[in-house]
Amino acid sequence: MTLKIRKIAVNIEETHREIGREISPATRKAVAVAVIENPFAGRYEEDLTVLMDIGAELGTLLGRKCVEALGITPAQAQSYGKSAMVGENGELEHAAAILHPKLGAPLRAEVEKGAALVASSKKMGSPGQVLDVPLGHKDAAYVRSHFDGIEVRLNDAPRANEIMVAVAVTDSGRPLPRVGGLTHGDAVGNDGLK
Amino acid sequence: MPDVILRKTAFSIEEIFHEGGPISSNPPRRAAAIAIIENPFAGRYEADIQGFMEDLKPLGLKLATRLVEMLGGADQIEGYGKGSLVGEAGELEHGALWHAPGGYAMRELLNDSSAIVPSSKKVSGVGSRLDVPITHINASYVRSHFDSMEVGLNDAPKANEMALILVMSTGARVHNRAGGLAAQDIAGKDGLR
Repeated sequence: MTLKIRKIAVNIEETHREIGREISPATRKAVAVAVIENPFAGRYEEDLTVLMDIGAELGTLLGRKCVEALGITPAQAQSYGKSAMVGENGELEHAAAILHPKLGAPLRAEVEKGAALVASSKKMGSPGQVLDVPLGHKDAAYVRSHFDGIEVRLNDAPRANEIMVAVAVTDSGRPLPRVGGLTHGDAVGNDGLK
Repeated sequence: MPDVILRKTAFSIEEIFHEGGPISSNPPRRAAAIAIIENPFAGRYEADIQGFMEDLKPLGLKLATRLVEMLGGADQIEGYGKGSLVGEAGELEHGALWHAPGGYAMRELLNDSSAIVPSSKKVSGVGSRLDVPITHINASYVRSHFDSMEVGLNDAPKANEMALILVMSTGARVHNRAGGLAAQDIAGKDGLR
């Protein structure tokens, strides 16, 4: 069984002002979402390999959509995240199978390097529910200015037999970071942490 | 009239391959652009507001241009719509200021766009969503192109803000089969049929 996509949506947000202060250049975040058929809806399946392979395909597809939407080179990506919401006839483990074993490596290829863990979230849901995709720096997880998130929702997904899979990429951190910690400029990015 | 103070812009694009039926060989796409601006009339009744429509014209053109780019050019676009959300310190009438600058910006960029741009507007709070209607750009009665797109942002509109929205689509609903006037049968003279 292969990947069956019903729809793809890509959102970009650009923040030009925050609490009255100009942000220049604007901070920008993109999130790409695929609504796919859940091949295991309605039954318990022990072997989730099919979903793991779907995750690999989506890592490339959605990562690339985000980078294209931002109009940046892969090296200009600064943070990333991934999430999935499973329709009511599926199970939470389906989200884990898509997100964790195989999605990360192809996503990292789309953003260059990506030494850090890809922040993630997952939930069961229904059409119109909100999925909050966490964001963290792609090469050094401790970069504090880049802890963020982006919300995504589609009024018509996920239907009961569907899964919504989201990947988010940014070219910047929060608009007005000032809570200290490691900065983007000081990160080494070799161990994925600092 | 006051400056247009822009806090945020956001753009969404959707590509629809199927909805339970046959997979489309030419998947319809729709895109939305939202600008979050300060409402210069928030918190008071102002009788004379029309001058702000002129100030909004460049923003309308900027959003419309971006949508056309996202969807691959003016010749791809077959449907459109517009809308506004007004934060709670404003009034519904402020949202109506978007009719002219939003609508004319799209029609300026699109050939054969004699149909009225359908719209919706409301006063609401942060995180609210707007269902923006979509109809054919040249003949409002084309039934296959009746659609809508839900848009909104979790952090807008704040009380003193407005969200100004434009939407464009590249074609009919993915499995359209509800009859009515077909796009290829329109006369395209009166904006209706």
